[in-house]
Amino acid sequence: MADLTTGTLGDTLRRNGVSRRGFLKFCTATASMMALPPSMVPVLAAALDNAQRPSVIWLSFQECTGCTESLTRSHTPTLESLIFDHISLDYHHTLQVASGHAAEAAREAAMQASAGKYLLVVDGSIPLGNPGFSTIAGVSNLQILEETAAGAAAVIAMGSCAAFGGLPKADPNPTGAVAVRDIVTDKPVINVSGCPPIPVVITGVLAHYLTFGTLPELDQYSRPKAFYGTSIHDRCYRRPFYDKGLFANTFDDEGAKKGWCLYKLGCKGPMTYNACATVKWNEGTSWPVESGHGCLGCSQPDFWDAGGFYNALSIPVGDISRTASYAVAAGVALGAAAAGINRKTKTEANRQHSTVTVDDLEKTS
Amino acid sequence: MNESMDFLLWTRGTAFDVAVAIFVVGILIRLFEIISLGRAANLAAPKGSEFLPGMKTILTRTLPEGGTFKRQPLTILAGYLFHIGLLVSLLLFIPHIELFRETFGFGWPGLPNPIVDAAAVLGIVGLLAALWNRLTNPVMKLLSDKEDYLVWVLTFLPLLTGYLAYHRMINPYPLAMGLHILSIELLLVLFPFTKLMHTFTLFLARWYNGAMSGRRGVES
Repeated sequence: MADLTTGTLGDTLRRNGVSRRGFLKFCTATASMMALPPSMVPVLAAALDNAQRPSVIWLSFQECTGCTESLTRSHTPTLESLIFDHISLDYHHTLQVASGHAAEAAREAAMQASAGKYLLVVDGSIPLGNPGFSTIAGVSNLQILEETAAGAAAVIAMGSCAAFGGLPKADPNPTGAVAVRDIVTDKPVINVSGCPPIPVVITGVLAHYLTFGTLPELDQYSRPKAFYGTSIHDRCYRRPFYDKGLFANTFDDEGAKKGWCLYKLGCKGPMTYNACATVKWNEGTSWPVESGHGCLGCSQPDFWDAGGFYNALSIPVGDISRTASYAVAAGVALGAAAAGINRKTKTEANRQHSTVTVDDLEKTS
Repeated sequence: MNESMDFLLWTRGTAFDVAVAIFVVGILIRLFEIISLGRAANLAAPKGSEFLPGMKTILTRTLPEGGTFKRQPLTILAGYLFHIGLLVSLLLFIPHIELFRETFGFGWPGLPNPIVDAAAVLGIVGLLAALWNRLTNPVMKLLSDKEDYLVWVLTFLPLLTGYLAYHRMINPYPLAMGLHILSIELLLVLFPFTKLMHTFTLFLARWYNGAMSGRRGVES
């Protein structure tokens, strides 16, 4: 179980051999990434240096553990991972040593010890269709979330499933999955969307929370603006090719080899807000578009239902060719019927030697 | 909570299917109706051929006529400006071509975005000039009815929302994109039942005018 008195974040970092210079560099980078003014760097440094270990309870519902993989798999220890190590992660299915009753006891103990102060991290969506669809120690996801959220200072919905429902909520949503924000309405909920989300976003949010005791500025999807403020498209290094009209038409044509825009291959960059294009993945190695694949739009709500991953963004969700064919068939049939009626009217008019009147000519349409 | 995204998905999904269905069915009924009506048999002996004069009139009525240009330069200028701007934006913007490719199974080369962008601006300016002409020119004002203004709005909105979406002047982007698609759906739904039908009937009407004159042996 967590020991809340193991010192400050500064102590942890120094114990792990992080120099003062390295620490300040991290603070400067974090401040600039979170769009804080340079004058905030010393404040950030002082606050982080003295930050106590916050208690964190991590609940996993209908998820794939990809979010945890993303956040914990750094091959060399970075300051980000050290900050992550510093938090007192009192309950996490995948990472905790305890199991069974001991695990649930750890959660309850943390909830009591830091009532009103602990951070609750949730990954995965919550099934409302039937409580039995997903349970932990025999308790439904809904109940465990409501219980644990009650005493939390804030809730971080980690990944697109927790933030927006994600894959479980994809049409036809068999489990009746909903997002954390649909359940927790009386606490600050911060959405860190992505499938999975970028690790540095969570440490950025933690750093902000440790420094100011508040959550960073959020966008209309409750995501930190500093990371989700601009679209992939606007920060994409392939953007000049889009503007010039130079596109890859297949994944191995000349355009693809020259690194041209992937719009035609289904890139959802224009509608997707995330920091991939600037922060990148695997410690700044690369990101999907750089490795030659269009953006899937994984940090946007309902991205699974937004049409084929390999269809250009301008292509409708449904089968437009089929709709158009049916409509043509219906139109031809109805048109032929209309023509038949007209023909009959005309024959009748001819037979009765009807004349065209002024009223007929006045008809519009 | 995901309003703008849900809205975009609805405009790209159900709404688009419905709009396209109404558009296609409506256009076909109208065309069938117009063509099947035909004309009363002309019993007089023809004084000339119909086909070539008809084709010639399609061309001559497409080019600006000197007399009209002198009397109403703005009508001609705004008309051309808007139609060229609209057609370039509609048919030569790569995302639009991708939609046509998906629908018809074939596409064509597009233009670089800055050129399409400029064409869209010309189209918007042309439409605004046409509206100004309609409102200030006494003859135009007298000739205009509610439908003319409705059709103007229906045509203006897709150009405007497209421009705003491309330049990301409405946030969030899914909302901008959704509004653009919705404005086109509105246009598609009302298209067959308004003057917008001229897109499909103008060459037919021009040919018919020329053919009738040709038959009578007069110039059209």
